[in-house]
Amino acid sequence: MLSAFDKKFLNLLQTNLPVEHRPFEVLAQQMDSDESTVLHRIRELKRDGYIRRIGPFFNSDKLDYFATLVAVDVDAEHIDEVVKAINEYPGATHNYEREGKYNIWFALLTPNNEQRKRIIDHISAMPGVNDIMDLEATKKYKINVQFKLQ
Amino acid sequence: MENVKIDENDKAIIRALQDDFPLERKPFEFIAKETGIPEDEVMRRVRGMIEDGRIRKMGAVLRHREIGYVANVLCVWRVPEDSADRIASMMVRYPQISHVCLRKTAPGWPYNLYTMVHGRSRTECDDIVDKLARENGIADHVMLYTVRELKKESMKYFLE
Repeated sequence: MLSAFDKKFLNLLQTNLPVEHRPFEVLAQQMDSDESTVLHRIRELKRDGYIRRIGPFFNSDKLDYFATLVAVDVDAEHIDEVVKAINEYPGATHNYEREGKYNIWFALLTPNNEQRKRIIDHISAMPGVNDIMDLEATKKYKINVQFKLQ
Repeated sequence: MENVKIDENDKAIIRALQDDFPLERKPFEFIAKETGIPEDEVMRRVRGMIEDGRIRKMGAVLRHREIGYVANVLCVWRVPEDSADRIASMMVRYPQISHVCLRKTAPGWPYNLYTMVHGRSRTECDDIVDKLARENGIADHVMLYTVRELKKESMKYFLE
């Protein structure tokens, strides 16, 4: 269970990890706590699975990577092999089975367009794959994975 | 707009910081030791990357499920290109919507506006989507509920 302290701390930590020599001391001051307590709790919250990852989250466009979302219509009996092949690519960062005709959806990041095309060609040629869509983003309005805890 | 040039020191810092952040008293000193770049220079470059947007967020990402957001749905909408900005600007205001973007369409797939909706239950997600549809007068949408999470990792850049 998350205490009131945890919620306040996670709300703070979601938006601003200070880039300072002693960042956890800065956070501790904002929490009216001390560095050791804050560091200890953050390790526990990570261990217990509340925190997925801490650190910088990069904007792939600005690092010159190509990002796309790929939707695959694959027969149920071939789904495991197709998922395995997709997940082996380090650039396939997120992959979900979803309801609907297109049942596999994965986000793909590659350092260039050729690599993207090669991966999509590979998946689309696999047995059981009926259709594949390369749904590149043309405009991004919001990317903000953060939840205010109350 | 042209991107900022990424030099070898930036890449070394990105490689070091995309793994687990050192939960130590002096995390940037730790990164300095790992990369051989002085701590002040590491911090200066990280601040620079925040400023120019190469880092879009510095902090923690929580696990949705553990904090009660057990349902999520990718809802895709078919909206007229010329009203996409207006509709998107309404959608971004919802704290339960984490992603809003326009994407290319495909043959037989006319949906162009993508929203990721999070809720404490499927009903809560349905209610948000209904509200969005009414508010914006867009009937044509498909809700792609998650059946299984098959992979979720943060990207490791500059390893190739």
